[in-house]
Amino acid sequence: MSFLVHPLFLVTFFPLLGLLVIAFLKEEQKTAIRWVALATSLVDFGLSLWVLAEFNGANPALQLNLDLVWLKIAGLEIHFHFGVDGLSILLLLLTTFLTPIAILSTWSGVGLLRERVKGFMLFFMLLETAMTGVFLSLDLVLFYIFWEFTLIPMYFLIGIWGGERRIYAAIKFILYTMAGSLLMLLAILYIGYQAGSFSLPELVAHRSAFAAAQTWLFLAFALAFAIKVPMWPLHSWLPDAHVEAPTAGSVILAGVLLKMGAYGFLRFNLPLFPQATLQLAPWMGLLAVVGILYGAIVAVGQQDLKKLVAYSSVSHLGFVMLGIFALNPQGLSGGVLQMVNHGLSTGALFLIVGMLYDRRHTHLFSAFSGLWKIMPVLGGLTLVVTLSSMGLPGLNGFVGEFTILLGAFGSPTIWSPWLALAATLGVILAAIYLLTMFEKVYLGRVMQEENLQLKDISTREILTLAPILVLIFWIGLYPKPFFDLINPTVGQLSAMLQSAAVALH
Amino acid sequence: MTLNDILAFLPMVTLLTWAILLLVADLWIPPERKRLTALLSAIGLAVTLGLTLAQLSFTQAGNSLTAFHDMVVTDGFSVFLDIIFLGSGLAAVTLAYNYLKRMGIERGEYYSLLLFSLSGMLLMASAHDLIIVFLALELLSIPLYVLAGFARPRVESEEAALKYFLLGAFATGFVLYGISLMFAATGHTDLAGVLAAAEGGSAFVRPLFLAGAALFLVGLSFKVAAVPFNMWVPDVYQGSPSPVSAFMSVGAKVAGFAALLRVFVMAFPSLGAEMTPLLWGLAALTMLAGNVLALAQNNIKRLLAYSSIANAGYLLMALVPYASGQAAASGVAAMLFFFAAYALTSLGAWVVVVALEQAEGQGLLIDDYAGLGRKSPWLALAMTVFMLSFTGFPLTLGFWGKFFLFRAAVQGGFTGLALVGLLTSLLSAYYYLRVVVVMFMRAGQPQVCNELWLGLTAGVLAVLVVVLSFMPNPLLLLASGAGIR
Repeated sequence: MSFLVHPLFLVTFFPLLGLLVIAFLKEEQKTAIRWVALATSLVDFGLSLWVLAEFNGANPALQLNLDLVWLKIAGLEIHFHFGVDGLSILLLLLTTFLTPIAILSTWSGVGLLRERVKGFMLFFMLLETAMTGVFLSLDLVLFYIFWEFTLIPMYFLIGIWGGERRIYAAIKFILYTMAGSLLMLLAILYIGYQAGSFSLPELVAHRSAFAAAQTWLFLAFALAFAIKVPMWPLHSWLPDAHVEAPTAGSVILAGVLLKMGAYGFLRFNLPLFPQATLQLAPWMGLLAVVGILYGAIVAVGQQDLKKLVAYSSVSHLGFVMLGIFALNPQGLSGGVLQMVNHGLSTGALFLIVGMLYDRRHTHLFSAFSGLWKIMPVLGGLTLVVTLSSMGLPGLNGFVGEFTILLGAFGSPTIWSPWLALAATLGVILAAIYLLTMFEKVYLGRVMQEENLQLKDISTREILTLAPILVLIFWIGLYPKPFFDLINPTVGQLSAMLQSAAVALH
Repeated sequence: MTLNDILAFLPMVTLLTWAILLLVADLWIPPERKRLTALLSAIGLAVTLGLTLAQLSFTQAGNSLTAFHDMVVTDGFSVFLDIIFLGSGLAAVTLAYNYLKRMGIERGEYYSLLLFSLSGMLLMASAHDLIIVFLALELLSIPLYVLAGFARPRVESEEAALKYFLLGAFATGFVLYGISLMFAATGHTDLAGVLAAAEGGSAFVRPLFLAGAALFLVGLSFKVAAVPFNMWVPDVYQGSPSPVSAFMSVGAKVAGFAALLRVFVMAFPSLGAEMTPLLWGLAALTMLAGNVLALAQNNIKRLLAYSSIANAGYLLMALVPYASGQAAASGVAAMLFFFAAYALTSLGAWVVVVALEQAEGQGLLIDDYAGLGRKSPWLALAMTVFMLSFTGFPLTLGFWGKFFLFRAAVQGGFTGLALVGLLTSLLSAYYYLRVVVVMFMRAGQPQVCNELWLGLTAGVLAVLVVVLSFMPNPLLLLASGAGIR
């Protein structure tokens, strides 16, 4: 039973302890439920720091392996295999970092968030376990189980605590993502049958067993991941889910769930199907760039704050995908870092939109103007977050996007330099829609009398934003510690792809 | 009759005897104390289950017993199925315990009819001869026809009984005709003899044999509710008293598949080339039609009926590679595993249906479930578990059930069929999740019958569905050890 005290096991399943405690509290003990949830997620963040302490950043391999046989009959073995490397360590930290923030942001929630706290927190604890498991699983079946299970808590969070069209959004969210993952399940079964194993390290070593079908397998996995990212043209579930989800749900959805898709490409598509990756990389890069431009252009025309941030996500995740399919060290590590950056800045944007919603019960631009005069502190914080999302040098967004573009310009696999040039347009468009948003909401005269009474940001709200801002500056000014965690694994991955490229030509 | 015969046959004989005695004893039980009959039948089932479990330790060691000149066999396969049958029988008693009284149809013969039908199912699992298959089919079906009409004089129930009887008799005719053609072609009715003749007997007539096998398949397709032989299912499930529908959805379907599996794997391997495309089409059509038609249902009983059709399709998918050695073995194991997963899930869902059903067929619309999540969260949670398990979401037993079925299909080289299955699973997510949506995301005041027994059964089944998904290994080992030899 020594696995019970393994750091990766603990960090994944600790939230279930909180779930158990909450389950025994009464619906009326709302404060207690909130505090238990917050404390659980904070302890879980502490546990992930323990993982970080045990993690050796210089080692590119999978570390802290926890490998147990879960299910075994003749000809079939499914492992409970957890491990962490440079691809997953930051995403693990991002997950446990954003969860307490999201929980804290619900304190002042309106409507059902005030009435039905217990169920909300129960689902949040389940969600944290599922997300963490996704980033740590190294067995294809185990990964699929966690991957698919994240849908259930999110479905309830949107469907019960969401906005007006919540049921439509929840069903669209779950069916859309399921469509992709079912094909991935078929691919997993096929691989398992051909190679006689579901364990990722073993499959990477024996990938010749299913190399004949690798284009199809790549596409099956890619569909599941591309829907999650989401890549254009599979993004249409995202604006609905974001607009209808409660603030905390949006934060997690944008901050973590979307990253699962990009992470899936890195963890499975690239190492399992290197030849197919090389052949399809230009097309994936093209889709990524279309996503960057499409998301940005649609964002320009939005009348709804949340929709704007949702479409900006489509655009930003396009950068991540472009970096990944540049397939060189800069592109890949920029992609991984940009996932974290996007989680931070978009998470913060959703928190801010949520704060405005709590005060005015709407997301529409038309309800706001000149807020700077009424809420200068919130205005200042919003400005920093907006600039971070835009990619202003000195803040985190710049570091990620710059590295990605560097990788894309230098990559021989993706029609360099045309895609990278087109992607650069996305940076300009981002400045347009984000600054327009800021201008409409915060600058100018106050047009709405009811806004004059609005209170500025509260201490608790500052507490939710402050940790994110610290990281925004940290990554922006001194990204080296973060790159140091990513680079060894990414270097190994791209070297492997290089040798596959040599084998291909 | 030797001791061997008796030992192999003990559970079935016990149950049959118990049913006859119960029928007699019920005459002396006054109408207001019919619960005593329920209790007695439950005891009979428990005793039989105990005997079956005693056989389990025997068959798990790899032994099997044939009896009555190879007419019946007790092996891992039959014992595994017996446990499922008896479990679903116990569930049907639990469900009826209060339901019959609530609906004003409390009559003691419900329980003896149930036991008669169950003994037919036990016989079916052991059948090692085509004549026994026919006998078992009749023994399990005829009491079910009566049970379907048990809510008489409700018109729906009478209609269900008549429909079920007419189509059931029709189907049995197909089976019988098929058997007689096969006998004509091979000169045998015992499965080993049929196999030997088909693989090189002197007087073997292949076209006749093929026609017989095809008719046999058609007849049993009615029983397992495969498309296009499914027309009776929604009406019968809707019209029958809910505990009977629950029992039908598990017992009758699994019994039909038991016969298909045993006969196909043992006697028809030589027909693989002809049967495989036939089964492929049947499976694809059943998955497609069952899931598409379920989308439009507003009545929970009809929804579950179409769901049971769709599940027959998934099961047929694993039967497709029946003639190809390794894949066939893993297909049989996958089907056995799925039977267990399906039985727990389906019975659980029917428990919730019974808890919400009101007199005169009220409380059966999906919309009547609105607000259940607030009114009785535990029952709604259990129903959610069952719906997710039907869909095949991870951390329910249904996920592993489908996982192994699809794996068997892929292993047999039928990736295309597995694709059809997966895409139709996506459709099924829509209608199963609709129930969850209505329960948790719509407001309403549902009428719930707060009965301890029902809550307990639903709870136990839901916990089993979830907990067994964390440790599926024992069940999987049991299923893969229970192959047909």
